[in-house]
Amino acid sequence: MTDTGIGASVRRVEDKRFLTGRGNYTDDIDQHGQAYAWMLRSPHAHARLNNVDTAAAASAPGVIAIFTGADMAADEVGGLPCGWQIHNKDGSPMNEPAHPPLAVDKVRHVGDQVAVVIAETKAQARDAAELIAVDYDVLPAAIDMNAALAGASAVHDDVPDNMCFDWEIGDKDATETAFSGAAHVISIDVVNNRLIPNAMEPRAAIAHHDSSTGHYTLHTTTQNPHVIRLLMGAFVLQIPEHKLRIVSHDVGGGFGSKISHYAEEAILTWASAKVTQPIKWVAERSESFMTDAHGRDHETHAELAMDADGNFTGLRVATKANIGAYLSTFGSSVPTYLYATLMAGVYTTPAIYCEVKTVFTNTVPVDAYRGAGRPECTYLLERLVNKAARETGIDPVEIRRKNMIQADQFPYQTPVALQYDVGDYPTAFNTALQAADYEGFAQRRAESESNGKQRGIGISTYIEACGIAPSAVAGALGARAGLYESAQVRVHPTGSVTVYTGTHSHGQGHETTFAQLVSESFGIPADQVEVSHGDTGEVQFGMGTYGSRSLAVGGPAILKACNKVIDKAKKIAAHILEASEADIEFTDGVFRVSGTDREMAFGEVSLAAYVPHNYPIEEIEPGLDENAFYDPLNFSFPAGCHICEVEVDPDTGVIDIANFTAVDDVGRVVNPMIVEGQVHGGVAQGIGQALLEGCVYDDAGQLLTGSYMDYTMPRADDLPNLNVGTQSVMGASNPLEVKGVGEVGAIGSPPAVINAILDALAPLGVDDISMPATPSKVWQAIQNA
Amino acid sequence: MYNFNYKKASSRDDAVAAQSSADDGSYLAGGMTLIPTLKQRLAQPSDLIDLADVGDLAGISDDGGAITIGAMTTHATVAESEVVTSKIPALAALAGHIGDPQVRNRGTIGGSIANNDPAADYPAGCVGLNATIITNKRELPAEDFFTDLFETALEEGELVTAVSFPIPDKAAYAKFPNPASRYAIVGVMVAQTGGETRAAVTGASQSGVFRAADIEAALGSGLDAAAAKEVKVSADNLNADIHASAEYRAHLISIMASRAAAAAG
Ligand SMILES: Cc1cc2nc3c(=O)[nH]c(=O)nc-3n(C[C@H](O)[C@H](O)[C@H](O)COP(=O)(O)OP(=O)(O)OC[C@H]3O[C@@H](n4cnc5c(N)ncnc54)[C@H](O)[C@@H]3O)c2cc1C
Repeated sequence: MTDTGIGASVRRVEDKRFLTGRGNYTDDIDQHGQAYAWMLRSPHAHARLNNVDTAAAASAPGVIAIFTGADMAADEVGGLPCGWQIHNKDGSPMNEPAHPPLAVDKVRHVGDQVAVVIAETKAQARDAAELIAVDYDVLPAAIDMNAALAGASAVHDDVPDNMCFDWEIGDKDATETAFSGAAHVISIDVVNNRLIPNAMEPRAAIAHHDSSTGHYTLHTTTQNPHVIRLLMGAFVLQIPEHKLRIVSHDVGGGFGSKISHYAEEAILTWASAKVTQPIKWVAERSESFMTDAHGRDHETHAELAMDADGNFTGLRVATKANIGAYLSTFGSSVPTYLYATLMAGVYTTPAIYCEVKTVFTNTVPVDAYRGAGRPECTYLLERLVNKAARETGIDPVEIRRKNMIQADQFPYQTPVALQYDVGDYPTAFNTALQAADYEGFAQRRAESESNGKQRGIGISTYIEACGIAPSAVAGALGARAGLYESAQVRVHPTGSVTVYTGTHSHGQGHETTFAQLVSESFGIPADQVEVSHGDTGEVQFGMGTYGSRSLAVGGPAILKACNKVIDKAKKIAAHILEASEADIEFTDGVFRVSGTDREMAFGEVSLAAYVPHNYPIEEIEPGLDENAFYDPLNFSFPAGCHICEVEVDPDTGVIDIANFTAVDDVGRVVNPMIVEGQVHGGVAQGIGQALLEGCVYDDAGQLLTGSYMDYTMPRADDLPNLNVGTQSVMGASNPLEVKGVGEVGAIGSPPAVINAILDALAPLGVDDISMPATPSKVWQAIQNA
Repeated sequence: MYNFNYKKASSRDDAVAAQSSADDGSYLAGGMTLIPTLKQRLAQPSDLIDLADVGDLAGISDDGGAITIGAMTTHATVAESEVVTSKIPALAALAGHIGDPQVRNRGTIGGSIANNDPAADYPAGCVGLNATIITNKRELPAEDFFTDLFETALEEGELVTAVSFPIPDKAAYAKFPNPASRYAIVGVMVAQTGGETRAAVTGASQSGVFRAADIEAALGSGLDAAAAKEVKVSADNLNADIHASAEYRAHLISIMASRAAAAAG
């Protein structure tokens, strides 16, 4: 019997390493004879690149080599690929302009790579980079999406009107019909603010080429090492898998920004074969701001059709999504299949149509960021539903209850492709309303008012799709990869276990959670299990971690491999205990002949597998080491309700979050403490988006929020105590019955915060506010009302 | 960072001599402003003259009617000082809300005022409390010391040695922090010293710290908080940036002045 199985709040085993400074991050690794790279980056958002004169720099002290786009082009290095092909309304494929790792004819955003300088020290490389003379013809920048679509300036000469694609989903005619018969039409314009991810660890890489074997090794800060191996090896550098190893052990936060295959990875790997020394590159914090893929950045106009009774009858959405200067790895899937397919939300809206125009601009690429598409969708829907409540005079709780999918309607086919497997939204909603003491709000509001403050309460009832998988579905929608997961469960001779997972942990606690799965399965303590990830030289294959997929897709793969181990172990036990296999039962880590006291412990069986003296050798092989791949049949669908209560100081516009309640349905909870932590982190990011964070480029494409002096990262004292809980219906899409918890906090929370602010300010006549709702904006809104 | 010569000065004279013999020398105090500037390669001094070992530049003394704070005294020391917390709690509170603990334990009063960041807190403290800036050459009233954005009356090589604050009858500082940097978007020191009422404002103006005459008039001798709140400050010549418009800053001047006055009692 073990108390470290599913459901136990086992302390995170990785934390001792992290908290005592013993993590092994990329920059902690130094290799013999290592040289350093410095990227010369464009100071302009948009310019024609004429001559890059490296002569003076090449003879600067310590310089080993300098390469430009022309050098890579001469080697026929490929462009950075996009992992998801989207089709236009007319069926034609999206525009996929070239994305050379080092700029060739043009630079397209501030920070675009122009040259790489490799020198004995980082300072020498940087000094030499200042000696490179670059002849730029500065071009007007396309920054604003609307100006870009109007043809302001062509980011890519071969992409008319800067349109990457013009895509649609849903039944347009049915939706038009719903609107023509509507009793009320509510319309809204919302902006989903652009965010800069800011993982604690900046991106970094070390590339090494062994000319004697032809092997390349790249240590890099990635969330998906096998994906990088596939994309970089196959599309950019033509290196076959057996000659390319990608290692990313400890990674200090990703939040989606470390999914993409970045130019620096390809530049370093390619250059490492030229200079015969390992090369290290570590981003400065300013480079992170300038070059990590950003998140969100949508402008949306939407309309909701309702009948006279307040039932939603149709939804029409038109979104413009900024994709930045280049198509990043998953940039095209975020504003489409991860966004518009959720437009039903938790509601029974029967007709939905959504179109998305995706726009190139002279800004850094936009890609997945915690939630990736679902926060944008949730924000739109929950703002719109609140506006509908206000305009029709229906209570915001009532309007949601009235339109919510009921527990007996599952599986529920939405009008936008997804089929929700299981859920019970009204119950979670009620639990949240109680936990937030919604009933008592009026009294709290009166108290605030007597202190000269405005108080408001805001609701967000959300759903999201995660456990990014079914390969067949993803493939049909344009994904260029499968999205299953793999695991290897290696039982060592004395019964301890190493699990190799193709997912990647960069703070999520997989080393603990996954060990608990094995603990539960084998009946052994979790400390007998070690989880290995992040090295393509150790782990057979995998698709990495994003989209809250690790437990929902990677977990069942581990479970399958565990079951294979148990099946084999039963054969061994049956042989040794001289019983038939069918009579062997396995409980609490003991194999027993049913109905007898003849038994073998898990470790005895594993030892027999490796010391096969008395062994069914004609029937099975020695060893106890199993592999499994798992591809689910559907996404999983976490859902829930977030309720935020704010107090606004009308004199200054300062917002104080008085209460924040989150009730999330994440399916089976493997480790309640980790789940709570994930919700905390996600909500912190959601509150950050709602109140604090906003990326600003000026008209020339200079990043005005290029440091913490101007970009407001949430700090501990910006956040309230969070009242979080789960109200789960077991997941139906995978055998672990889990759903995913990594992103719910960031998905559910922003509209709750903004709805609360608008509720607080409604008596003053304010009916709109954009994120981040800074004090200055709130004050201005009050003045303008 | 570019290369520079590093010199640890052993005395005030040693520091001043090293500075004058350098091509383009720069004093180094807490380094909280200077080091990031160097790391971003935005400055290229030939020499850094570190003041850390000049012992008599740090420390707080109670001179009866005034408190004198050595240039190398850190914000944390000022915030926790018994003398300052008991005699000029407004100043201790101001120092205690600069930046974060790391910044407060490195950053110094001398470095802060020599730098004269238009969003820094000390300039408002110095002008509001009618402090005297003491250098190796002279003594200057704070109002004459802070001349413009990042500009002071310091001459080439002149060393700030201390700041002397007369003990006010009443004083309080109210700061509206920039949500990102936590510097002041608007900070107002309201003080009454020897019968004179002052309201010194930082963060707001295009030319750095200033005394708000209309606010001072409204506050009067009774530090009338309600009257200060009613003052409509002009937005002319106030800063506007992505964090706050000039109008918002103008409005916050009245609000922060009123809150400071209320706190000063
Ligand atoms: C993250 C962060 C947050 C901050 N937040 C705030 C804030 O909220 N409010 C605020 O007011 N400040 C803030 N600061 C600035 C901080 O207070 C600095 O300490 C201050 O600006 C400079 O002091 P220093 O001792 O570090 O000086 P240094 O950085 O060492 O020097 C600054 C300049 O002053 C010169 N100098 C230093 N000492 C002398 C001297 N004795 N005589 C003549 N010249 C001298 C130097 O040559 C240099 O040019 C912040 C800084 C950081 C990094």
